[in-house]
Amino acid sequence: MKMTYVQGIPILRPYIDFDNEEFWKAHQEGKLVFQQCKNCGLTVHRPRPMCPRCLDTEPNWVESTGLGKIYSWTTFRYDRAAYPGIQVPYIVVLVDMVEGVRMLSNLEGVEPEDIEVGMPVEVFFDRVDDDLVLPKFKRRET
Amino acid sequence: MFDQYLARKYQTTQRPAPEANLIKEKTAIVGIGATEFSKNSGRSEMQMASEAILAAVEDAGLKIEDIDGLVKFAMDYTDEMHLVSTLGIPDLKYFAECGWGGGASCSTIAHAAAAVATGAANYVVCYRGMNERSGNRYGRVPGVERVMASPNDHYGYIMPYGLAVPPSWVAMFTTRYMHEYGATAEQLGWVSIVLRENACRNPKAIFYDKPATIDDYMASKMIAEPLRLFDCCVDTDGGCAIVVTTAERAKDLKQTPAIIMGATQGIAEQGEMMTSYYRPKISCLPESWYAGQELWHITGVTPKDIDVVQFYDAFTPLIPMQLEEYGFVELGEGCVYCDGGERIRPDGELPCNTSGGHLSEAYLHGMNLINEAVRQIRGTSTNQVQDVELSMVTGGLGVPTSALLLRR
Repeated sequence: MKMTYVQGIPILRPYIDFDNEEFWKAHQEGKLVFQQCKNCGLTVHRPRPMCPRCLDTEPNWVESTGLGKIYSWTTFRYDRAAYPGIQVPYIVVLVDMVEGVRMLSNLEGVEPEDIEVGMPVEVFFDRVDDDLVLPKFKRRET
Repeated sequence: MFDQYLARKYQTTQRPAPEANLIKEKTAIVGIGATEFSKNSGRSEMQMASEAILAAVEDAGLKIEDIDGLVKFAMDYTDEMHLVSTLGIPDLKYFAECGWGGGASCSTIAHAAAAVATGAANYVVCYRGMNERSGNRYGRVPGVERVMASPNDHYGYIMPYGLAVPPSWVAMFTTRYMHEYGATAEQLGWVSIVLRENACRNPKAIFYDKPATIDDYMASKMIAEPLRLFDCCVDTDGGCAIVVTTAERAKDLKQTPAIIMGATQGIAEQGEMMTSYYRPKISCLPESWYAGQELWHITGVTPKDIDVVQFYDAFTPLIPMQLEEYGFVELGEGCVYCDGGERIRPDGELPCNTSGGHLSEAYLHGMNLINEAVRQIRGTSTNQVQDVELSMVTGGLGVPTSALLLRR
């Protein structure tokens, strides 16, 4: 199942600030990056101004393998309670990445009936608009 | 801090001793009021709030001039400056605002009780006025420009993917909850149906005299899987208000006071407004566990002592999850407890949401639940539980929350 966007309704944009700019910018180059503390090595998502473990403030970004497993999901079925710019049904997933962080995204290429917790997935990049590339997930064979 | 939650070890030694709590037994709810609940009030939120406040003040046997404190929700657009002018309150000494949407409901009582216990004010009104059905409906995406401009950073990580409304935010927790504990749609359905039964006996409820069966539940349309329409609360226009004073002053007032045993708040690590997805575990409500632990600590009461409870029920799964977090059942047993509905009916082991709750009476951000908890103390509910001594209420979920315990 592929997501269908409705012409004329813009996709909602992330709010980009000092802390998360690198995360969103990397998608334009087809990269998924996470924040990793240079001092203690802790990888975190979402981005934040300092490491919650050692309070180090030097920013450091590492490229993700893009591999993970589905942790939870929901399928939007009712158009009036969904984002009007996307046709229902569409699937939102939480993915546990091999780097040890969890991220939220869409799942494509899988029917809602076939999703299960623990399903292996990998990232791909979808240019949904002129200035917006979103990291999304598709099923991967183990 | 999250490790503490996962280990279920509440550090009571770091807490003030229960006997140091100035709210406990020394404060009371003495007035409740509400407008009608509808799908289109035809008047402003300011008017809804004002009407509810006047009703609560009259219920208490007070005059508006007696009111010297107001506690509002942060997510409410009827501010105290305008209310003072509208209601002609001459001498407001204390005003406060409680955050986090419906998580504020019992928090407002905690703040009001603290004000009267410390002498900052004598009679404090907590209120909420909302045209949540005819105005800005939470169940609908509020509009593309508005959300795009939001400085709420976390929206940026959910909105581009279309995760745009509360049912979908809670659906993500629910999928995981059902996966981990084997909970079924029918079990969630019984929560919805029992509350509908209660609403059918409550003439003020939106779903008064509109019975539904478990088959109707299963056939109701899927909103954001696994949540169906009947899993979701009813968007409502209305207003509610509650008057708080000291237990001493309550003796001279019109109504049987609902004595405040405890009013507590809870917050947990790695939280996000309704989308706390980055925690090690999401099939749970850690904020509620904290609010509950503090409530039991202060009051010395245990879950088995509770006679009736109004759980914040924006969505059905939140009732079984709160049964677990407040310690009425073990983790993962909440849905089994609700199965078939017997235990949570007004004549069951633990009567829940006797007015019909948010699912079937009205969605007033928790304030109609407090009103019903007070009615259970007074003996005036349309689903009155026999011999109520202890009546409990909880605040909104997936956000920093609150809890309240009342006694006769």
